[in-house]
Amino acid sequence: MSKKDTENLKDVVNQAIDSQQVVHVKLKDIGQKDIDIDKLTRPSKETHQEYWGRGLSYLAIGVIILLVGSIIGFVGIHGLATFFHDHVNLWQFLSSTDWDPTSGPNHVGALVMIVTSFLVTLLSALVATPFAVAVALFMTEYASKKAARFLQSIIELLVGIPSVVYGFLGLTLVVPVIRAIFGGTGFGILAGTLVLFVMVLPTITSLTVDALNAVPKHFRQASAALGATHWQTIARVVLKVATPRILTAVIFGMARAFGEALAVQMVIGNAVLMPYNLVTPSSTLTSQLTTQIGNTVMGTLANNALWSLALLLLVMSLFFNILVRMIGKKGAK
Amino acid sequence: MTEHQKDRFATGVIYFLVGIVVILLAGILGNILINGLPHLSWHFLTSESSDFQAGGGVRDQLFNSVYLLILTTIISLPIALGAAIYLSEYARDNWITHLIRSTIEILSSLPSIVVGLFGYLLFVVQFGFGFSILSGALALTFFNLPILTSNIEESLKGVSATQREAGLALGLSNWKTIRGIVVPAALPGIITGVVLSGGRIFGEAATLIYTAGQSGSLVDYHNWNPLSPTSFLNVMRPAETLAVHIWKVNTEGIISDATAVSAATGALLVLVVIIFNLSARYFGNKLYQKLTAAK
Repeated sequence: MSKKDTENLKDVVNQAIDSQQVVHVKLKDIGQKDIDIDKLTRPSKETHQEYWGRGLSYLAIGVIILLVGSIIGFVGIHGLATFFHDHVNLWQFLSSTDWDPTSGPNHVGALVMIVTSFLVTLLSALVATPFAVAVALFMTEYASKKAARFLQSIIELLVGIPSVVYGFLGLTLVVPVIRAIFGGTGFGILAGTLVLFVMVLPTITSLTVDALNAVPKHFRQASAALGATHWQTIARVVLKVATPRILTAVIFGMARAFGEALAVQMVIGNAVLMPYNLVTPSSTLTSQLTTQIGNTVMGTLANNALWSLALLLLVMSLFFNILVRMIGKKGAK
Repeated sequence: MTEHQKDRFATGVIYFLVGIVVILLAGILGNILINGLPHLSWHFLTSESSDFQAGGGVRDQLFNSVYLLILTTIISLPIALGAAIYLSEYARDNWITHLIRSTIEILSSLPSIVVGLFGYLLFVVQFGFGFSILSGALALTFFNLPILTSNIEESLKGVSATQREAGLALGLSNWKTIRGIVVPAALPGIITGVVLSGGRIFGEAATLIYTAGQSGSLVDYHNWNPLSPTSFLNVMRPAETLAVHIWKVNTEGIISDATAVSAATGALLVLVVIIFNLSARYFGNKLYQKLTAAK
């Protein structure tokens, strides 16, 4: 409130007291001096509280935005230094299999890690999706409420099991079995795929359950009323309506598989070798980062090259995000 | 094949796949618990770990995990609560809010190893904290914030609009309505969210190996001075957690009973996760009953 407004208000109050138009309110008893115009026109205690509270919540959201900005910024700067400071050719980085960054800028090729990362991700999603959809269908279309709730809690529990525990199981159960069947060391893409399969299965399943539950009940009833069998209803109505959200679920699973570090690192073998079959040791982006970043010195080419791998991971996670958004938009139409 | 035969066939396939998954899940849980529990003794929980001999325990790792969990929750809860209040109560439906939501989604989908490396770059190297509990707790905060924020936002949104209107009609400020009515009403959901994210923090390793470090230091549990380097409360000492311990003894360790140690530690982690899951549901329900007088 400006000074002029305050003056005006003072005038109004004075006038009212003088003229005493409102008979039943005895303003004269109050007296002019008792009325504190300043106090009346100041923001109230409640307003101050509101400013504070709103300020605090803005501050919190600001912290998160700053955080994401700085993560992208920091990883970006270090990851791009390989190309701008050490003059590694971007095309060579993406297409060469020669990974030995300590020997100079001509030996920085990440193709092995890129191929292996994509292979384990795609294969595990490919194996997990049919199982996940089947379990989700069972929970929403077949099982009783009690059985569905029991499966749900088991799946929640599996999401919560730490990734190192899965890695340890892979190391002690999966790798020896593969070694016994296919020979070799047992480490490799197959072991990685199997471990990731178990890890992404609960993620994809619970999101698919949400997708199926979102299909309105009267769709099913309408289909049944037309004389469709249970399976016809599921295949032609329920799954069709839920497809965009199921795809989103699969992509979320793939994002988890792509970014998983320790469980994969424990069973993949960690040799930077092109994977010509599924049972020879190889190396993913995350496993290379996990094992090597402690062995390099900040600012050297070897270190910057690893940051470029981290940048690649970041870019891929942004890409998965955009993909989910695009499918969501298409599904909403 | 007639439609009815197809129906029966499809149902059979679904039951078959579900059967495989159930056997698999039961096998995994059973394997972890059966192999781990026999090694899980009081001695194991209360003795120091060993670097090259068999028979070590996980006392320090267990304490470090709990300590990191507490610190991370203390740091991340106020921020997540504030951000969730902003998103559910103050944010208007415009492009800025959309941008903020995408930011949080991006943060939640970042690979945890990238978050860990960022923590390494910023806290360990740039700020000079070194491998320490503080660096680890801050990195875990980043890891925890997006999930916690969206959990809390969900439960705030679950509070009905009439409760807010009632508060405003009493002449309370918007903030007082939120603090005095909306947040208490959403408390059961918030607690569930905090406990479940606690389970995630407890088992996280990739974020920690380059922030809290992979080695322990000499810890004295009778030294209550947080500034002393040997005190168990000191936040500047390097700290290996249970999950990192499993990773380390399997990849770099040379102790002969690595499998037994990791099986026991794995069982311990899974037990803690089960306890967290059950207690989240229990406390959430109990609190809800108490606050709403519902039976």
